[in-house]
Amino acid sequence: MSLGSVPLKYRISIDRDQCMKCMRCVDNCSYGVFRVEDDKILIDSRKCTACHRCISMCPRDAITLQERPVDYRSHPLWTVEAREDIINQARTGKIILAGMGNALDYPVIFDRLVLDACQVTNPSIDPLREPMELRTYIGKKPSKLDFTKNNADVELKTKLTPNLKLDTPIMIGHMSYGAISLNAQLSLAKAVAKTGTFMGTGEGGMHEAIYPYQDHMIVQIASGRFGVDINYLERGAAIEIKIGQGAKPGIGGHLPGEKVCSDVSCTRMIPLGSDAISPAPHHDIYSIEDLAQLVRGLKEATNWEKPVFVKIAAVHNVAAIAAGIARSSADAVVIDGFRGGTGAAPKVFRDNVGIPIEAAIAAVDQKLNDQGIRNEVSVIASGGIRNSGDLAKSIALGADAVYIGTASLIALGCRVCGNCYRGLCPWGIATQKPELVERIDPEVGAEHVANLIHAWTLELSELMGAAGINSIESLRGNRERLRGYMLDEGLLNVLRVESVGA
Amino acid sequence: MEVEALVIDAKGMHYTPLNRKIREAVASGVKEIILNNVLGQRFICDGLRGDVKITINGVPGGDLGMFMSGPECEIFGDAEHAPGNTMDEGTLVIHGTAGDAVAHSMRGGKVFVEKNIGYRGGIHMKEYQGKHPVLVVGGTSHAFLGEYMAGGLILVLGIGHEAAVRDRGIGSGIHGGEIVIRGDVNEKLLGVGAKKVGFTDEDLERLTPVLNEFCERFGIDPSPFLDTSYSRIIPESSRPFAGNYTWE
Repeated sequence: MSLGSVPLKYRISIDRDQCMKCMRCVDNCSYGVFRVEDDKILIDSRKCTACHRCISMCPRDAITLQERPVDYRSHPLWTVEAREDIINQARTGKIILAGMGNALDYPVIFDRLVLDACQVTNPSIDPLREPMELRTYIGKKPSKLDFTKNNADVELKTKLTPNLKLDTPIMIGHMSYGAISLNAQLSLAKAVAKTGTFMGTGEGGMHEAIYPYQDHMIVQIASGRFGVDINYLERGAAIEIKIGQGAKPGIGGHLPGEKVCSDVSCTRMIPLGSDAISPAPHHDIYSIEDLAQLVRGLKEATNWEKPVFVKIAAVHNVAAIAAGIARSSADAVVIDGFRGGTGAAPKVFRDNVGIPIEAAIAAVDQKLNDQGIRNEVSVIASGGIRNSGDLAKSIALGADAVYIGTASLIALGCRVCGNCYRGLCPWGIATQKPELVERIDPEVGAEHVANLIHAWTLELSELMGAAGINSIESLRGNRERLRGYMLDEGLLNVLRVESVGA
Repeated sequence: MEVEALVIDAKGMHYTPLNRKIREAVASGVKEIILNNVLGQRFICDGLRGDVKITINGVPGGDLGMFMSGPECEIFGDAEHAPGNTMDEGTLVIHGTAGDAVAHSMRGGKVFVEKNIGYRGGIHMKEYQGKHPVLVVGGTSHAFLGEYMAGGLILVLGIGHEAAVRDRGIGSGIHGGEIVIRGDVNEKLLGVGAKKVGFTDEDLERLTPVLNEFCERFGIDPSPFLDTSYSRIIPESSRPFAGNYTWE
């Protein structure tokens, strides 16, 4: 017995009165929704992913898209998705893969936190006229400073460990070449160089084209060790050990063979067309002591000149794990919340494993403070940072800086259609097809991403000024500047935030 | 002009100053270094480049030759875990045994271990273009030999052992490269995605230089090993897990 087809996800229609048959929709859709027969544009809505490429390129606004044009009998438990996933798995017997971040409707804690502003009793600051210190240093800070006095001269005796110097507390997270295109990565690299910040290479090595921006790159070493050699480690401004990822905590990475084209193959240093499998664990790390060994191994290889970060997914015991990392010689811990994006992850992981970044930041910051080791590591938060409000709240909860991922891709055209894993991204981002990749002009892409970082930085200084704060250090971990709105007592305790009105 | 070998007494020395001394010596053109009284120092030759021969007398700690690119190290003693970790080029010759995860993610060069190795030897070794890592073990290996292997060669001779490998999980998740084991290997010992194939005369011809080099390093007569009495274990597919997934 056949299960038949499931209803359309999206219906595309063309207003034929408006349409001037310029064929841009036909040319732009890489999924094959449009085709021309007998001078007529025909539509196959079933192929649509809601990427909006056609809509954004249509000069007459003639195209409309309707989500779920066919109703199911509504049911609060047996959602459309629940039913369709079952049908899919009844057909295939396989694990469902999905793109982008967590798509379940969990409450967003950021949206239940409000920021403070000055009124009467303390003056606000106008950041347009007065200096606003957003410079952020990522890395270990000494617990005390020793000086030697030589008559009038004072010299610092304490040996400082290398830090990254950021002009704004916004960095771009690790999205590998392979997962995204070279033009996408190049746009991001040019943008971070322009805005005085940093980005991650992801686990895919570093393509030659990125070398001119290497002083702004954080090179990643993950369990697959793809593209990792001493030259790669030395090129990076910092090194990041990837233990886990918010979109799929506890499991490894997997770049399917069909995405391993010749250029990706040479950057990752693996054969053409073979799967790039990153195992779930690092096979030289089976304990927190082993992690310290890899951290030191990387530092030793690079003459103790590079900060080493450790990235983990936010999971139940994130605070205790971060405290272990802080004792491993690592310089920063990156916490990736359960809304973190990905090109492909098993849906059951993406939607069900891990905890929200807001709670993780607060728990980690508190634990490190309680143990008197907050200065030993910087805390970088990622996973679902959508705007400068989320950024300010992350810092007030205790983060030193954030990584953005999805937001930076949206600045390059991404519409969060979540079909990254298909390698057909019409925006030229999550694809290796040359004709699609060349849709991104890295100069223009860089401009857009830099604009985004610049805009958020301006907004952050406005928010700080309004709260009477003129230095990012005074916002960091300053939960007094936050209030919880409609959050339960348990969560308020975890966040160490008072309720609105309190 | 022949430069004399530099001798470093590593007794009680921390690995960082030790490595620094080695690096400075290599930078100044020293071609031969002898480390005496090595006892547990980790990361020896970590990230070291250059054309230099280093003799290690004693027992080096974990991650010997990690990220190393070029040098040759001869170790008169046992090695701890993960010698040759993510090594890029060069040679480790270990006159003794080695611990777990030997040649972990090795990308090029050679690791020769005279006696036995621990668990997960050659895990995730990978090859690319001219880089073809080689791990040869004179004795036996514990479980999960060549796990996740993505390229290169693992050769286990089983000298002094009735069966060259008796532990399970050989080549578990292998998707590239080959594992060659002296004698027959019980199919039950193979891991997920690994398959056993015959060892041919062409294989022998291909591997003879490696066998000769190993035997020469340890003063063993190669002639008893130059036959086709080996099992060759290779991946069932270069994409072992591709069939597990469906799209949303």
